[in-house]
Amino acid sequence: MSHWTFVTAAYAIALLATGGLLLWSWTSMRKAEGAADELKRR
Amino acid sequence: MHRFANPARFLKIARPATAWLLLVGLALTAFALVSGLTLTPADYLQGETVRIMYVHVPAAWLGMAGWAGIAAASVSQLVWRHPLAAIAGRAFAPAGATFAAVCLLTGSIWGRPTWGTWWEWDGRLTSMLILFFLYLGYIALAGAEKERGGEGRIAALFGLIGAINLPIIHYSVLWWRTLHQGQSISLSGSTIDSSILWPLLVSAIGFTCLFAAAVLMRMRAELAQAKVEARLRRAATE
Repeated sequence: MSHWTFVTAAYAIALLATGGLLLWSWTSMRKAEGAADELKRR
Repeated sequence: MHRFANPARFLKIARPATAWLLLVGLALTAFALVSGLTLTPADYLQGETVRIMYVHVPAAWLGMAGWAGIAAASVSQLVWRHPLAAIAGRAFAPAGATFAAVCLLTGSIWGRPTWGTWWEWDGRLTSMLILFFLYLGYIALAGAEKERGGEGRIAALFGLIGAINLPIIHYSVLWWRTLHQGQSISLSGSTIDSSILWPLLVSAIGFTCLFAAAVLMRMRAELAQAKVEARLRRAATE
């Protein structure tokens, strides 16, 4: 296998995992802060 | 650190810090990875696979930094009962576990063309795998303790005991010389040529900013959830 196959696989894993972590953290934060704001407004 | 014991004061700083860390982290990481793929030369021994270093090494640092954060939060919780300590510990865990997993996977991918094997029960690899399992244990324990309304002291003790693994990971390449290379970067300098070293430093800063942003976002989510639960409890008693 070409060296670039290994490099691409490693970068794909790192970017997907980091992107997934950030997306999950962002959505859970927005959801929780949204719920807190909604409750405050009532 | 006690200045931030007040969640309102913490949030005042955390809100703008999250956005800045995300922006700076994304810009630096993108710049470092593109530079690492296009501007730096291939290594004379490892060829193009040396470029895996730009994602593997920051992931290894952050996998360990995550547990160092858990250990610091554990001390803060057990000694000073800092109100944000348990939240910080629970926020560090998923970020640290993610980067420990990235370190193991990218290391395995790097190992195949350079060592001729995907995995070896070498001191560094095994202690890193143990760190990943410690993260899973901590996430389960801290989650269960939170669900039962506990203060998180058992998880804090687990966080402190687990920190014993950090010096083992660090010194494993000196204690057991097997496949994994020795330390390339230390406080006194680096054995890596500067032509391929600089994107690594930029990448490490970039990924660290993204890691910090993820931790802050998890802390903000936990604080907001706690606020909702407190309001609902208050409403139920009125």
